[in-house]
Amino acid sequence: MSHPELVIRKAVWKGEEVDLLVADGKILDVIPSSDAMYEGAEVVAARGLLLMPSFTDVHTHLREPGFEYKEDIASGLKAAVHGGFSNIMCMANTDPVNDNAVVTDEMLRRAKTAFPEGGPRLFPIGALTKGLAGEELSPMHEMAEAGCAAFSNDGLPIKNSELFRRAMEYGSDTGKPIIDHCEDPYLAPAVGVNEGEVSSVLGLGAQPDVAEAAQVARDLLMAEYLDMHIHLAHISCRKSVDLIAWAKKRRVKVTAETCPHYLLLTEEALHGYNSDTKVNPPLRTADDVEALLAGIKDGTIDMFATDHAPHAAHEKEVEFMNAPCGISGLDSALSLTWSLVADGKITFETFVRMWTTAPCETFDLPLNSFKKGDPADFFLFDPSDEWVLNSKNMHSKGKNTPFRGQTLKGRVISHFLSGKKIV
Amino acid sequence: MEWRHKDLLDVTQLSKEEVQHVFETATYFQEINSRPVKKVPTLKGHSVVLFFAEPSTRTKTSFDMAGKRLSCDTFSLAKSSSSLTKGETLKDTALTLQAMNPDGIVLRHWASGAAQFLAERLDCSIINAGDGRHAHPTQALLDGFTLYQEWGSLEGKTVLILGDIAHSRVARSNLTLLNKMGAKVRFCGPRTLLPPYIKNWDAEVYTDINEACKGVDAVMCLRLQLERQQDGLLPDLREYSNYFGLGHKQIELANPDVKIMHPGPMNRGVEINSELADCEASLVLDQVASGVATRMALLYLYLTRKK
Repeated sequence: MSHPELVIRKAVWKGEEVDLLVADGKILDVIPSSDAMYEGAEVVAARGLLLMPSFTDVHTHLREPGFEYKEDIASGLKAAVHGGFSNIMCMANTDPVNDNAVVTDEMLRRAKTAFPEGGPRLFPIGALTKGLAGEELSPMHEMAEAGCAAFSNDGLPIKNSELFRRAMEYGSDTGKPIIDHCEDPYLAPAVGVNEGEVSSVLGLGAQPDVAEAAQVARDLLMAEYLDMHIHLAHISCRKSVDLIAWAKKRRVKVTAETCPHYLLLTEEALHGYNSDTKVNPPLRTADDVEALLAGIKDGTIDMFATDHAPHAAHEKEVEFMNAPCGISGLDSALSLTWSLVADGKITFETFVRMWTTAPCETFDLPLNSFKKGDPADFFLFDPSDEWVLNSKNMHSKGKNTPFRGQTLKGRVISHFLSGKKIV
Repeated sequence: MEWRHKDLLDVTQLSKEEVQHVFETATYFQEINSRPVKKVPTLKGHSVVLFFAEPSTRTKTSFDMAGKRLSCDTFSLAKSSSSLTKGETLKDTALTLQAMNPDGIVLRHWASGAAQFLAERLDCSIINAGDGRHAHPTQALLDGFTLYQEWGSLEGKTVLILGDIAHSRVARSNLTLLNKMGAKVRFCGPRTLLPPYIKNWDAEVYTDINEACKGVDAVMCLRLQLERQQDGLLPDLREYSNYFGLGHKQIELANPDVKIMHPGPMNRGVEINSELADCEASLVLDQVASGVATRMALLYLYLTRKK
């Protein structure tokens, strides 16, 4: 056995107290805890802390280039590591749009500059169409070569089904997954609010869940017809869960994500017109929350994602209808989803799978499963640490979250990437 | 009654007793409006900004007149003449106004929730003069006051609200107020102009105007925004008028003493037959007169509340 450089002692992994041994930035071994001496190794006492593989977020908006006042790559990645994430996939709606290799290269360069000694890995998502305009395909091969991990038009889904088909076909040749933000734009003239009782009383323009489900159905049929994989972003409603379950029974190659806010909030949060509750797709009903949780349990929903969408305070502090959609999520996602474990709504195994194995396998990203040779990306987590989410303890520039002021349970105590302590 | 509210955002905030108190106060001020000299010093030394970020004739004039009759200084600000047109945010415009230390701001705004947005940020009273599709509490109070003056009580009466319910803040606020005061509410309009989930509202819903009019004590017509045709919600105004406009035939189905109301401005010949708008049963101009008295009552209650 090589000599360990780092030993994490008496951490809890899968219910057992273990020692984690790291050498050359990789996992050397995980062994039952002992008092063995490791000469020359840094030893970190971790009794009572949970050992977790670093998380992967397949859906963030880092805003750079173009909107650095909301977030830049450095601040976004800083929030990520404090939130427990080592792999970050960022969407293409920057300015300029990430629809060519030059922008992709620049994003990767800035990530490297932010953490020159090694930090969280950035995997840009390239635009499916040039300028996200939904008219011409982007040069996906050159972007894949430059480092894009997937392709998506995200917030500006392609209206033209024929062009979407061609985007799937062309994109599949690169070997990178296609991600779709499911929303029929004709059925969704207004964004950020669910069409339902609350929108009706508040007098807000809204979109029905059918706007999401109709496009989920289109994508599933397309994926089946083309026999290609499709990844469906931020699923928010029962109708979509039902359709995905139907497709999975038919062995359609589909994976799907949902976000913490769709599991912990409903449209009722919009009372009072708090623009931090405005998110696209919108917060839905208690029935939708129930369906999403059931979908997580039975494997219909494969993974979590934050849909981290930071905005500046002055952009959100306007009339609700004028406010941009989005919740800043990287700082709080872990604690929020941990509450689902603490409340017995999902198991610990599901929690870990949804943030690690499932996204890494779907998007072919580095995964630490604590096997010898895996990247030593892990964090120590105190499940009993209570803290209040506020503007000061958020590392993202975006403080726009409806959970601000809430007491959260569970926090990252330290985070190691390739065996180096980052937090 | 000691007035405990800082702001008037929606009639949901008011208890039945408080609405009744507004009616009684408005009755008192109505009398002032019939005097040869229609001015009293009640609010002398107070100031109110009439901030109208959306076009308005009657609501703005009504508040202006109400304020002036109580010797309150009123200052008008329209979106077109404010820094909102230069890109200033609503928050900054409002903070600027507050720095001038008015006692109240009467706000008309196209965005639902705008009045609440200001109320949460400013110390002075905010009176919602219509926010998006959400609420128009002073219109509901003046409509209720108009009927209260006619009937003495709204208890047990049935009021039909007819037309574009989906986009109407008047319909939403009137539903709440009329229910609160013991009246039953019916809504009628084409399905495209009824809000989703209306089945959960405390109202009977019709798409057949003749069925809806049977036995009602009052019909409130709502203005049809003519662009609804371009929005794809209506085929054309002719068909709308024929199937959903209030005409003589429908009035004959209502109670003999039916009252006809309209918050204005009216599209004569579209949502209401022109003769009906002017007939004896029409309370359209009474609503305007009641509006001044009701707004005098509201300015008085909100500006003189114990702080």
